Amino acid sequence: MPADDPSDDPAVVVEDLRMAYGGTVAVDDLSLTVARRSVTAVLGPNGAGKTTTLETCEGYRAPQGGRVRVLGLDPRRDRRALLPRIGVMLQSGGAWSGVRATEMLRHVASLHAHPLPVDLLVERLGLGDCGRTPYRRLSGGQQQRLSLAMAVVGRPELIFVDEPTAGMDPAARRTTWELLEELRADGVTIVLTTHYLDEAERLADTVHIIDRGRLIASGTPFELTRSRGQTSIRLVVTEPFPAGAPASLQTALGPGTHVAPVNDHSLLITGPADASTLATVSAWCEEHGVLPESLTLGQRTLEDVFLQLTGREIA
Amino acid sequence: MSGTFTPRPGAAPLLRQVRAQTLMEARLMLRNGEQLLLAVVIPLLVLVGGVLAAGRLGLALDGRSAVDVLTPGVLALAVMSTSFTSLAIATGFERRYGVLKRLGTAPLPRSGLLTGKVGALLIVQVLQVLAVGTVAAALGWRPTSALPALAGAVLLAACGTAAFAALGLLLAGSLRAEATLAAANLIYLLLLTAGAVVLPAATYGWFGDVAVWLPSGALGEGLRGALLDAAVPLREIAVLLAWAALGTLLTARTFSWE
Repeated sequence: MPADDPSDDPAVVVEDLRMAYGGTVAVDDLSLTVARRSVTAVLGPNGAGKTTTLETCEGYRAPQGGRVRVLGLDPRRDRRALLPRIGVMLQSGGAWSGVRATEMLRHVASLHAHPLPVDLLVERLGLGDCGRTPYRRLSGGQQQRLSLAMAVVGRPELIFVDEPTAGMDPAARRTTWELLEELRADGVTIVLTTHYLDEAERLADTVHIIDRGRLIASGTPFELTRSRGQTSIRLVVTEPFPAGAPASLQTALGPGTHVAPVNDHSLLITGPADASTLATVSAWCEEHGVLPESLTLGQRTLEDVFLQLTGREIA
Repeated sequence: MSGTFTPRPGAAPLLRQVRAQTLMEARLMLRNGEQLLLAVVIPLLVLVGGVLAAGRLGLALDGRSAVDVLTPGVLALAVMSTSFTSLAIATGFERRYGVLKRLGTAPLPRSGLLTGKVGALLIVQVLQVLAVGTVAAALGWRPTSALPALAGAVLLAACGTAAFAALGLLLAGSLRAEATLAAANLIYLLLLTAGAVVLPAATYGWFGDVAVWLPSGALGEGLRGALLDAAVPLREIAVLLAWAALGTLLTARTFSWE
């Protein structure tokens, strides 16, 4: 049996959260919940309000509107009770510039009652080679992994990780993902923000897509990518499309499908991927003198979902 | 069955956390070259240079030996360098690098963090007193042996630490890290030369009457009075406590953790 959890109430509840800086609304009536012992990804482009939402859950900021509960507690009023139970990985920084990597980790461990063995984390995150290196001389990826180690060393119930693999090389990303997967398997609740779709798709049980401070879709990656029985067709052409191509193709396909421009060489068509749709696309290409380079048929990716919902690419 | 990462959260006992924070901060201060320069090298240079110069120039110091007059002031300078300049600079960069932010979500409460900082200051200051005292003794320093005055000197140094630490944190908590660095060093230099720390206030002419009300002057004069004339520095303790109260009040209102 994994963790003895007093309840199966959601680990995090955000209700109608509203945050603004100056005149800019950063979070706009956002509501979401995080189930215990799950991985929840908050996905969105830079500036979508992900970090603000996370920092409100971590107690750094007071909600300007709405309500936030973490493990049933108010992150600001019940701060002292909550803090030992959560782990926080900041997007950057968080250590003295002159502190050695393992020294920092040992220090954070010593603030907790039942910390993980430091050596184990150092080994698991591949920090052994740089254990005696001062923080300021660690690479970006090493700093990120140290920061993750600092978030988990106190054996928390819930961790918030902000862009855990931003700027990491592929090997470091894999190491990080494997650790997060093992944490989840051992019963730790994980909330992560990311603007990497592959990261959300691989790790998350639930994905909340945020854009401009609003929640625009929620679900499992499976639900989000296969919702409403639709698939996607990606059309890539050799020469840039003529002006008005999306609208004209949309007219040719009729209702029931959705055409979204990706860039001037490619289009995304969402709808029933049947023979008639494909025939119509081919006929439209012929009629407009467009030479298809590829016509890819398949399950939508989260990228496609985001594009369809917002009309923009995520990054 | 339970896995490696099965949650088992909990804060360490507060005392253990504060001890860890204290030792960590003291280690970092002692490891930092610039801070050591400020904490030990400059006070020792002032002491040795001052004693040598006084001997060469045959300066009259009311019939007292130069080392007896200068050492209390150098001790005051050492307290000021650590509790004001070093603390301000270190804290400024802690804000910049997100250390305070990160520790803000650790089990260590803010009061524990502050206690740790003060503990680290005291450790470094004990080492400074040992270093300065040893060198001064080698130069012939003979401080008072009157216990009330010695106790008064220790209490005064503690009040000085509180006052300078509060003012250092005021600086660090409201300015950017680079501005804190510049301001903390500039103020240190100004107080060193014009603040009646090392040299008696009486040598400053009319400004001496002002300087004794500055934290630097109060600490310097109080230590000289105690260690040289076996006086219990009550007035200076009061002045430093007032500065500590003012600094704490302003810091509590303005300090931003990020």
